Amino acid sequence: MTTTASTTVHPIPQDAAGRPIRQVHLAAHFPGVNNTSVWSDGKAESQIAFSSFRHFAQNAERGKFDFLFLAEGLRLREQKGLIHDLDVVGRPNTLAILAGIAAVTEHIGLVGTLSSTFNEPYELARQLASLDLLSGGRAGWNIVTTSDAFHGENFRRGGFLDPKDRYVRAEEFVAVARALWDGWAPGALAANKDTGEFLSADALTAVDHHGQQFDVKGFGTLPRSPQGHPVIVQAGDSADGRDFASANAEVIFSLHSEFEDGQRFFRDVKGRLPAVGRHPDSLKILPAATFILGDTAAEARERSREVALLQVSPQTAISFLEQLWGTDLGGYDPDGPLPETDPVLADEGVTRGRVRHVADPVAVAKSWRGLAEAEGLSIRDLVIRFAAKHTFVGTPVHVAEQINRHVQEEASDGFVIVGHTNPTGLDEFVDRVIPELQERGVYRTEYEAGATLRETLGLTQ
Amino acid sequence: MTSSLYLGIALDGAGWHPSAWREPDARPADLFHLDYWVALVRAAEAAGIDLVTIEDSFGLQSSGFGGIDPRRDEVRGRLDALLLATSIAPHTSTIGLVPTITTTHTEPFHVATGVQTLDYVSEGRAGWRVQVSGRAHEAAHVGRRTLPALDPALVVLGADPAQTALIEDLFGEARDTVEVARRLWDSWEDDAVIRDVETGRFVDRDKLHYIDFEGDRFTVKGPSITPRPPQGQPLVYALAHQKVPYELAVAGADIVGVTPHDDAHLEAILGQLETAAHDVSRGADEPLRVWTEISVLIAETADAAQATLARLNATHGEPWTSDTLILADTAEAVATQLLHWHKLGIDGVRLRPARLPEDLSAITESVVPLLRSAGVLDRPDGVATLRARLGFGRPESRYATPADADARGTATADTEGDPAADSTFELDLTGSIR
Repeated sequence: MTTTASTTVHPIPQDAAGRPIRQVHLAAHFPGVNNTSVWSDGKAESQIAFSSFRHFAQNAERGKFDFLFLAEGLRLREQKGLIHDLDVVGRPNTLAILAGIAAVTEHIGLVGTLSSTFNEPYELARQLASLDLLSGGRAGWNIVTTSDAFHGENFRRGGFLDPKDRYVRAEEFVAVARALWDGWAPGALAANKDTGEFLSADALTAVDHHGQQFDVKGFGTLPRSPQGHPVIVQAGDSADGRDFASANAEVIFSLHSEFEDGQRFFRDVKGRLPAVGRHPDSLKILPAATFILGDTAAEARERSREVALLQVSPQTAISFLEQLWGTDLGGYDPDGPLPETDPVLADEGVTRGRVRHVADPVAVAKSWRGLAEAEGLSIRDLVIRFAAKHTFVGTPVHVAEQINRHVQEEASDGFVIVGHTNPTGLDEFVDRVIPELQERGVYRTEYEAGATLRETLGLTQ
Repeated sequence: MTSSLYLGIALDGAGWHPSAWREPDARPADLFHLDYWVALVRAAEAAGIDLVTIEDSFGLQSSGFGGIDPRRDEVRGRLDALLLATSIAPHTSTIGLVPTITTTHTEPFHVATGVQTLDYVSEGRAGWRVQVSGRAHEAAHVGRRTLPALDPALVVLGADPAQTALIEDLFGEARDTVEVARRLWDSWEDDAVIRDVETGRFVDRDKLHYIDFEGDRFTVKGPSITPRPPQGQPLVYALAHQKVPYELAVAGADIVGVTPHDDAHLEAILGQLETAAHDVSRGADEPLRVWTEISVLIAETADAAQATLARLNATHGEPWTSDTLILADTAEAVATQLLHWHKLGIDGVRLRPARLPEDLSAITESVVPLLRSAGVLDRPDGVATLRARLGFGRPESRYATPADADARGTATADTEGDPAADSTFELDLTGSIR
């Protein structure tokens, strides 16, 4: 959605005390290794230096974001059998960088993406509990269910997990992790020098799990962390994914950022909760969103075009098209028309290490060709249309009102905001959009002292 | 000029004596809080200590070498050492941070990128104390394999073939893991990120390398997801007590920690290390450094130290035993012992304080000044990384061979006039660089 028209101000539902009922929740996405992250304009700093993570996190905390969000790297992306070199490449180990960020922040949640396929429950549960303890209750786990052999080549299990077992493993993984997190009773740590009791009586319960995916027997090594269980985040969108989310997740990182689509998704997922005995407010839906600001709508539109050209270089335009066409298009002019030939259908696409689901490439190519012909779009123009679409474009007031409208009218509970410059991409959002949200009474002006991530998110137990 | 003696402090719980947590200064309720650890590491840093290690294991501690015991009167539980070290890093600025990470049940890829990330967060102060997990109850946490119960006495004697085979398997896996980590750390050349707007390329993929490791237990393709860290190769430390781990240390470590109980023992160990160096090819650039490990309980007088040890042992219910020499003595006696072994060829020492923070304070306030006045603690000015601080160089990536570049140049010259055979030209096409 690229809306720049002035927005009607909708009345905000209020409670008896005149406070808005629905509050906006925001997450800050560290710029990823894809074409959204602009590196060629001289403003981008290191994608890996700790100074970048420090700035990013402290700025998001200045903006009172609920949490920051990190993707996971398990293998460098490849295209046509070669490491993809057109986008930002390289990121840290997810857990370790979050532990580092924990030390330079106080309130903001720390959510990392971690695969249930290429980890083992005992170790990962322990690491997440450690992060929750080190951060004073700010840890969250975005659980993903990688299944392909491409990533498997870097891990002990090798090969791949049958796609139909992805959520079987994820479910069982979470169940074992929860048992380990519950293994130390509240108050287990007595640390009483006088009585000599370090652990209190009956403090520890052993896990004894034997399932299809895991055999885990023994005691966890950590006292119950401030949150007990770190916040569970989920991003999959399949029917299995939605079922998994309604059973387990507390936050959904969704792709449904358009208004009507967002409302449909919101109703679908929240509608599943009563059947599993959950309150609708026990799950927050946060779609990904990009933004471009300007002093006027026209200026924002102009900036959006400038950023899009940086996000889709001529080389990126061809590379993007090759992902659908499944073949080398290096001979095509990015400023010329789309290829006349149809995509090559193969079992395995040219791109590996990144999730793309296109059911019928030939039909999609046909529709793209039709669109390009109808509107006179070059390859690069067309790719910009799909790969550099900015969710919110306009003045800070306009962007704040759009975000608020989604939340008040139940198209989402807020957004995961993705900046396009590392690490300063959200500075402007914090400077200009956050105050507008605060002025509308729909966004916190201070963190609650000592709040856990679960409390900050306002998750109803 | 006197050669340097390097100092490390081994941090674990409330100290290494099982009853230390009940001492007046101990903070047992804070063992799972970051503040507790930051305070200890900052104290060590302020005294000029070179590094701290942080203990870890893949399960609960127990008083023996075997399985879980029912004791509730001693410290149980630990934070993940890698994550703890990474949280400590922004609170410190010069001290090396060396977490313990097991190789037995972990993913080599995650271990490697975890240590790399610690190196980024600490801006070049990361190390890794390599450890294996031979305990059967820890293997049950993963369910991947079952391990027989290990008897350390039999292991050291090498008397039982089954135990020896297990040790060889565990340390073989550790050796493979170190090799994988070292290759992954080198898998990005230092200048791989080019940000070349003209060709649209962020990275020069010719400077990223598959590591293609294939071993008996796992294969790892690479490259790392993380660019080459500040130190190039973070420091690898291996504690070793017998032939098989000595060989691991020779093969992959920068520093081996050994546990002599007296001069004759030290001499024997140095001899065994020399034998290992003949038998095993070295996988690191520089010679292996040898550190000793000593447990220390320090008091104003030797009698007071012995009395305190006796009191702690009474609480424990039996004498405290250790793989190391236990020195319950004065700061002077500890310093004298260290300087003596330094003269016999020891490069550094990892001290295990019996009590925290008390014996750490005694080290920083009393032992360090004695060593300083002996002239063994001078460090070069302005060193930024742990490797540099300890006198190691920054190695080139093993994949960045200038010879390769020369060979490429020659090949291009040879095929001049035949564009079809020009590999550079082909690469440009496949990389959609036009």
